[in-house]
Amino acid sequence: MSSVKTQAQPTQPVKLRPGNIQLDQQGKLRHFLAIEGLPKTVLTKILDTAESFTASEEKKFELLKGHTIANLFFEPSTRTRTTFELAAKRLSADVLNINISASSSSKGETLLDMLRNLEAMHVDMFVVRHGSSGAAHFIANHVPKHVSVLNAGDGSHEHPTQAMLDMFTIRQHKPDFPSLRVAIVGDLMHSRVARSQIHALNTLGVGELRVIAPQTLLPAGIEKMGVQVYQDMDAGIKDVDVIIMLRLQRERMHGAFIPSEHEYFKLYGMTEARLALAKPDAIVMHPGPINRGVEMDSAVADGDHSVILQQVSNGIAVRMAAMAMAMRNPDGSSAS
Amino acid sequence: MSNVAKRIHIKGGRLIDPANSLDEVTDLWVAEGKVQAVGKAPDGFTADETINADQQIICPGLIDLSARIREPGQEHKATIASETAAAAKAGITTLICPPDTQPVIDSPAIVELIHLKAREANMSNLHMLGALTCNLGGELISEMLSLKDAGVVGMSNAGHPVSNSLILRRAFEYAATHDLTVFIRPDDHGLSDNGCVHEGALASRLGLPGIPEAAETVAVARHLELIEQTGVRAHFSQLTTARAANMIARARHDGLKITADVAIHHLYLTDIDIRDYNSACHLIPPLRSERDRDGLRDAIKQGAIDAICSDHQPHEPDAKQAPFPDTEPGMSGLDTLLPLVKRLADEKLLSLSDAIDRVTRLPANILGLDQGHLSIGAIADICIFNPDMSWAVSSDTLNSAGHNTPFIGWEMHGRATSTLVNGQLVFSNDYD
Repeated sequence: MSSVKTQAQPTQPVKLRPGNIQLDQQGKLRHFLAIEGLPKTVLTKILDTAESFTASEEKKFELLKGHTIANLFFEPSTRTRTTFELAAKRLSADVLNINISASSSSKGETLLDMLRNLEAMHVDMFVVRHGSSGAAHFIANHVPKHVSVLNAGDGSHEHPTQAMLDMFTIRQHKPDFPSLRVAIVGDLMHSRVARSQIHALNTLGVGELRVIAPQTLLPAGIEKMGVQVYQDMDAGIKDVDVIIMLRLQRERMHGAFIPSEHEYFKLYGMTEARLALAKPDAIVMHPGPINRGVEMDSAVADGDHSVILQQVSNGIAVRMAAMAMAMRNPDGSSAS
Repeated sequence: MSNVAKRIHIKGGRLIDPANSLDEVTDLWVAEGKVQAVGKAPDGFTADETINADQQIICPGLIDLSARIREPGQEHKATIASETAAAAKAGITTLICPPDTQPVIDSPAIVELIHLKAREANMSNLHMLGALTCNLGGELISEMLSLKDAGVVGMSNAGHPVSNSLILRRAFEYAATHDLTVFIRPDDHGLSDNGCVHEGALASRLGLPGIPEAAETVAVARHLELIEQTGVRAHFSQLTTARAANMIARARHDGLKITADVAIHHLYLTDIDIRDYNSACHLIPPLRSERDRDGLRDAIKQGAIDAICSDHQPHEPDAKQAPFPDTEPGMSGLDTLLPLVKRLADEKLLSLSDAIDRVTRLPANILGLDQGHLSIGAIADICIFNPDMSWAVSSDTLNSAGHNTPFIGWEMHGRATSTLVNGQLVFSNDYD
């Protein structure tokens, strides 16, 4: 049936793959919507730029002075929104926080109408969190050339800045990615963080990538994303260097994906005993907020192997890097 | 348009009439709304109008088993006038409207209202399926006899599956009592949940909730059991999976008298066409895998699936302007039905006559209508199309009020140039 498509070449432009819409003609970051489709060079540049911010003795930079950034949060968030806000302020941008669930969407205003209004207020960058997968792509396809879009989490699709701060944290501890064995544990079905992490780890060339979850929390065909699937926790974390625990997003669950938190913890909870199966110098990560006693024991969360709080502080530098790199001049050229 | 039917001579076209195994260059003579003769003129026939069909194909008008007209209830999307006119311009002379209008087609008054509007529009014929249960609620059996008397051509619960098997069984029994065909869009709502795309690698990559193939196959299995036990005449609408098509083929092989159709786009597109959230490809039932598309093509070729429909669902532009899961599902399909059916012949899946059969005689048989053929004395619903005319699908070339189609930008070959409904020339354009 290959003849079907060869006879039917669309003669009008179709939506581009994320790699295309995310980069400008010079290959520079234009929007940051997804890890998928971005080359290793861009991911490494984000990490290097973030490192330059953390290495500096300055706390505040004038890079985005005169630019306006709007945080559009269609879903409640405390930490992610706060770190985006701090990142923007440390780059001297003006920041607008808009909590949409309480504002326009309840008045029947369409998403496009709202964007047009904000553009009229000369906003240069939208940081978007939305409950629907593809929302950031949709917005990026409808903004003028001088406006860029950062995805702060869209549905179950991607959360690229979270994945990059995780990469940054891993690199601080274990810089040689090809030698690493990494396991991601938990609700991969609903996790946008996991999808971004899988793309980022594969793009950065990690040696071995495992996912560990019961079948009810594994999306169909996940093995095609370049991971090895384990359903047994003990087998899955054996000899790994990095353990990434995912939040069990109870608020996202429409049905009973697991019988009880108790049984989940018994099967997939991270305990000190389980941690002993990993490499002796393994690090444990979690995007937060942690459900203690569901995903992991407090002894692990607060223990020597945990890098969870470093993840939070690295979040600011990584988001500063993404903002600085994606910001546009009024003529649409890169501002960085 | 005059109410007195003109006497029309359709001159020198390639007449393809699958019901009569005809495929030859000849003339067709129409008067009093009926086919009067094929070949030689009847004695004393003087034509009021002659249509030159040189290099054109003359065939029965197309019968589309599933077209949402949006009226009553959603006139901002499309109207009976806009869509029956678009159908006529696409060579489709009969549309079958599912019962999920607003209000639902569950009372004779709604049937009469829609018939009245269709008569006023005076373009293509419009028939309806009545709601199998009141308000499509799946709880109370509708007044099927009254609906039948008002003119519905079958019963359906459209996209609202009856979840209670006892109620479904009784609805089937009652439909069988009144010799009504039940149209089933097989879907297990529990399994499709809030899904918006085919469950598979693409859904997982895009983070979109998936509709598993089992949502269709489980529903087919359940319905087949009750069809067999109640003896109701049943038709499966818009199959999307290769496995369901195989189940239908097996049941037919075992002697169950059922029929099935597929929406034409499921023979061309797959979930891969969604690419990065192309909302034009947000369809319910969803675009499936390549294996499913090929399996459906095979089922059409083998005859396990009889008919092809457009599953026309026009929308206003705003309905598709949102993040993918928040857009309204469905595509506008009237304009592209004829060229995409013809393309099955171009691709050698079917002969041209067999391809035409799937949108004329076979749907008429499923509906129990004496249409879809050009025998002497048949109602003169006729499509004349230029098989070589190429046109690009764009907002400028679409006639439906809905421009929401994933085929935008495709080059089509074949376009209706004249359409007769009940012997009246309702559309004519040679696009010179």
